[in-house]
Amino acid sequence: MKFTLSWLKEHLDTTASLDEILIALTDIGLEVEGVENPAEKLKGFKVAKVMTAAPHPQADKLQVLTVDQGDGNPLQVVCGAPNARAGLIGVFGVEGATVPANGMVLRKAAIRGVESNGMMCSTRELELGDDHEGIIELPADAPVGTAFADYAHLDDPVIDVSVTPNRQDCMGVRGIARDLSAKGIGTLNPLAAVYRMASLNPIAGDGPAPDVRTDDPDGCPAFYAQGVSGLNNMASPKWLSNKLKAIGQKPISSLVDITNFVSVDLGRPLHVYDKAKLKGGLVARKAKDGEQVLALNGKTYTLDATMTVIADDEAVHDIGGIMGGEHSGVSESTTDVVIECAYFTPESIARTGQKLALTSDARQRFERGVDPAFLEDGLAIATKLVLDHCGGKASTIARAGTPPTAPNIVVGYRPEMVDGLAGMSVPAERQQAILAALGFAVETGETWTVTAPTWRRDIHGTADIVEEVVRIEGLDKLPSTPLPRAEGVARPTATPLQMIERRARRAAAARGLNEAINWSFISEAEAAPFGGGDWILANPISEDMKVMRPTLLAGLLSAARRNTDRGASSIRLFEIGRRYFRAENGSSDEHPTLGLVMAGEKRARSWQTGKAQGFDAYDVKAEVLAILSAAGAPVANLQMMGEAGEAYHPGQSGTLRLGPKTIVARYGALHPRIAKAFDLSGTIVVAEIMLDAIPAKKKAGFMRPLYSPPALQAVTRDFAFLVPETVEADALVRAVRGADKASIVEARLFDLFAGQGVPEGQKSLAVEITLQPGEKSFTDEELKVVADKVVAAATKLGGVLRG
Amino acid sequence: MSEIIHLRDGLLADIAAAQTADAIEALRVGALGKSGVVTGLLKTLGAMTPDERQRKGPEIHDLRESVTHAIAARKAALEGAALEARLAAERVDMTLPAEPVLQGSIHPVSQVMDELAEIFADLGFAVATGPEIEDDWHNFSALNIPETHPARAMHDTFYFPDKDSEGRDMLLRTHTSPVQIRTMTATPAPVRIIAPGRVYRSDSDATHTPMFHQIEGLVIDRAIHMGHLKWTLETFLKAFFERDDIVLRLRPSYFPFTEPSAEVDVGFTWEKGKRVIGGSEGWMEVLGSGMVHPKVIAACGLDPDEWQGFAFGCGIDRLAMLKYGMEDLRAFFDGDLRWLKHYGFSALDVPTLSGGVGA
Repeated sequence: MKFTLSWLKEHLDTTASLDEILIALTDIGLEVEGVENPAEKLKGFKVAKVMTAAPHPQADKLQVLTVDQGDGNPLQVVCGAPNARAGLIGVFGVEGATVPANGMVLRKAAIRGVESNGMMCSTRELELGDDHEGIIELPADAPVGTAFADYAHLDDPVIDVSVTPNRQDCMGVRGIARDLSAKGIGTLNPLAAVYRMASLNPIAGDGPAPDVRTDDPDGCPAFYAQGVSGLNNMASPKWLSNKLKAIGQKPISSLVDITNFVSVDLGRPLHVYDKAKLKGGLVARKAKDGEQVLALNGKTYTLDATMTVIADDEAVHDIGGIMGGEHSGVSESTTDVVIECAYFTPESIARTGQKLALTSDARQRFERGVDPAFLEDGLAIATKLVLDHCGGKASTIARAGTPPTAPNIVVGYRPEMVDGLAGMSVPAERQQAILAALGFAVETGETWTVTAPTWRRDIHGTADIVEEVVRIEGLDKLPSTPLPRAEGVARPTATPLQMIERRARRAAAARGLNEAINWSFISEAEAAPFGGGDWILANPISEDMKVMRPTLLAGLLSAARRNTDRGASSIRLFEIGRRYFRAENGSSDEHPTLGLVMAGEKRARSWQTGKAQGFDAYDVKAEVLAILSAAGAPVANLQMMGEAGEAYHPGQSGTLRLGPKTIVARYGALHPRIAKAFDLSGTIVVAEIMLDAIPAKKKAGFMRPLYSPPALQAVTRDFAFLVPETVEADALVRAVRGADKASIVEARLFDLFAGQGVPEGQKSLAVEITLQPGEKSFTDEELKVVADKVVAAATKLGGVLRG
Repeated sequence: MSEIIHLRDGLLADIAAAQTADAIEALRVGALGKSGVVTGLLKTLGAMTPDERQRKGPEIHDLRESVTHAIAARKAALEGAALEARLAAERVDMTLPAEPVLQGSIHPVSQVMDELAEIFADLGFAVATGPEIEDDWHNFSALNIPETHPARAMHDTFYFPDKDSEGRDMLLRTHTSPVQIRTMTATPAPVRIIAPGRVYRSDSDATHTPMFHQIEGLVIDRAIHMGHLKWTLETFLKAFFERDDIVLRLRPSYFPFTEPSAEVDVGFTWEKGKRVIGGSEGWMEVLGSGMVHPKVIAACGLDPDEWQGFAFGCGIDRLAMLKYGMEDLRAFFDGDLRWLKHYGFSALDVPTLSGGVGA
């Protein structure tokens, strides 16, 4: 919302400085987004008169001018504008001035051999419009030598404030002035005085009122109108066009400018119809499905039956409260008009605007809700301005429907509530004064009954009243109050899952993996190799960000590829985030997961180890186990199984499970087909750890089980078995370890051999077992018993002890 | 007598001239072995007269002593020299590079989330979570955001074509505020939580990404007011930036789910052309906040006449940028190893109150 300082001062009688006003605006919740004084960029540009104009001796298109800039000391200026001529009064940039449009600093220069001291300027060069056909021509009475900014009334700071969606009233300069007056920045001038009217009484006219009605009391509960006939729609007066230009609006004609002015000045949108172009009366009704209208922005909109329109007997002329139609718009030849001052229901406006993707100044105001009690006054002001500037005669007034003027009333307010809710103490009298200045009616007593002004739809309860008081009193006066804290040292707050996540993250980083954060949404192509996703966005920002990821691998693989493309030779990436699925009841089923990818060189070529080495599936297994262990997973109890899924190399992957169904991790070499789909080459190893499948540690106090290191040294024995190729190493190790649970404390596979000396279809596995003696050392007999048990256990798996 | 001296001088000269351990051993056997010359001389002592023995005994013993000593000394010298020679031969170029250490890293967003958890834990706030795929009741309606609010429009919010079993529209949460609702409906008051997490808005330009991170704070109790809010935010920001000159400016604003509402600016100082948090040369908007709207409290099944409190929300990515100096938000989500290694944190940089929450 833009306005100028002088505009504000028409409503607000104040001696406050610009800075004081700006600070107050932000303090009361009207955040100042920008302030600009157009005069500043026009420093050094003056009203000047061309005394003589002669052809340039060296160039056909240039002229040599003498320019009087008011100091009686005419300067020679070379100018290329076709309209430059003796007697013209224009705008002259003196040496040292900066041309706003291009930042060029004017200097004394020779142009084609002729000295030039400054520049006569075009509208575009001064950023005051698009015209670049020639230099600016000012009226003959423009005072030569005056600063152009002063002459053009541009020495007026333009203030831009951000108005929050609850404050329709501040979508007009008057509302802002009212808020400032409540803050103590001046007094609000009476509205009639601002418009130089004796009173705001309706303009009594003659003749029949416009034929208007509303058939859609939901969308348009009230439709007031007044006709003016025999008018003359010329360009608007300077005061009006200057105001609109100052805030960046383009003056069009008196009638259009008047409606735009009232909209900005009072937050009251209006519409004016050219009566000659209407067939019959105007009715507010719901549009018919598929009905079309060419709007004033030159675009055709197709409407539906939820939208309110204003139509005559033949066609739609207005997308009610949002934008008028081109057909009945006013022009220079307009003589008879219907001025509309209606109330449109905010929700209906919002829905229509959203559906049509059409924003306008009118929509912004109706959507927030204009003052329903201001139709009569708004129409009086509009008609007065039309009569003043376009002439003509007013008709009587048509009033169709009734605006919803019942004010919001808050009962049960107590001044202590400011202290209770805001923690600020503001005396009751001060609160009453603030509310009164904002237009609230207050009935004091045991509790207060506060009636909001009709222009405040946002007031519903006591909290709203507290906000008004606090906002005007100033949050800068809000004292800090320490939040009560529990006695003693703060207690731990992290949940078991949060601890698992933290430990997993730091373990991964400690092992040399780099944490990335990838998009939660991936493309359909990226999701496809992983079976697609359950959730597909209806309105993705792009096709690349459409499917909620069912796996973290897609994002990690894409990141790996980007890094490869940038020349990275070794890639170790991980991410902790969610995978998204749909629960049976249609809600979201999200699983916190750690994904990791390793690609490229595991170890760079080196003087110690020779050639560079790639990753293999055991490398990722090591990472997974290390991270799981750090996260507190019961690693020793995890079952190593297959079926990692289609994303993995079927022969070089696995799962870690707690019980046959609960998969805690999947890991292995990436399926080459998927690597190819992600444009990656070489062996890529990946894993996903399902963080929410890791059981939370049962906390049973801090005490550890009692332990003292055994007095006797442990004994190790090695066994090598020939087993069928299909026997998994883990099965053998588990069998061996379980052979004598009392004595065997560890079993570790240390050798795998196949080939020469080992029969076809078999392999040799060597296991080292550790035996821990208790009170006394093992006897040879005891060791033999254990060894026999170990061999027997291996035999069950088809193992034969090697000699 | 001169015989013994002669013998001694000869042996000592041989010992001194010996160049190998074997030569020394041969000399030892020749002198001190069972049939060595010195051993032989010692054996003659028994057959001597007491007079002779008294005269020659010490000389012979002397001889044995000096030869034994000389052998030991020469042996040690030779061993020392041999070790020196071996060590000299074993010399390597210790400037050759050792096996490189892998440099893993924690993403700045995770690090900042841990920092926030640590700070707020001290103030008694637990960390709460909620789904990122939400329904429109939790994301909008329960937060007093009307049906026609522009934030609900397709150009701001990501929607799914699906509805849940209660017929609610499913969407990607646009803020962490629905966690307020989930917490208040699931746990009994009083409540003190922060809720960090991913949020989504249909927005993509130099300073906006369609996914980013927010942290929500919520306190619900019987006598909590805006003064507590202000103190909490001041205390949090002072701890987060580890500066005492943090200045806050609260500006009245509007959020449908708080009343009164305030936007919070933090003061900054210009240092070397960069904005640094602290002081008040300028203001930067960092937080939205306010007293939880009575309608929101009621929507969660609590009595707004009994319970009140404050809520605030803040961008985590932005906090990270302000504290650690990154300038491009988009790089947060690119996974560029070079960026991650530069801006990331070591696994050991665990934020603690005693060690400081910044790294």
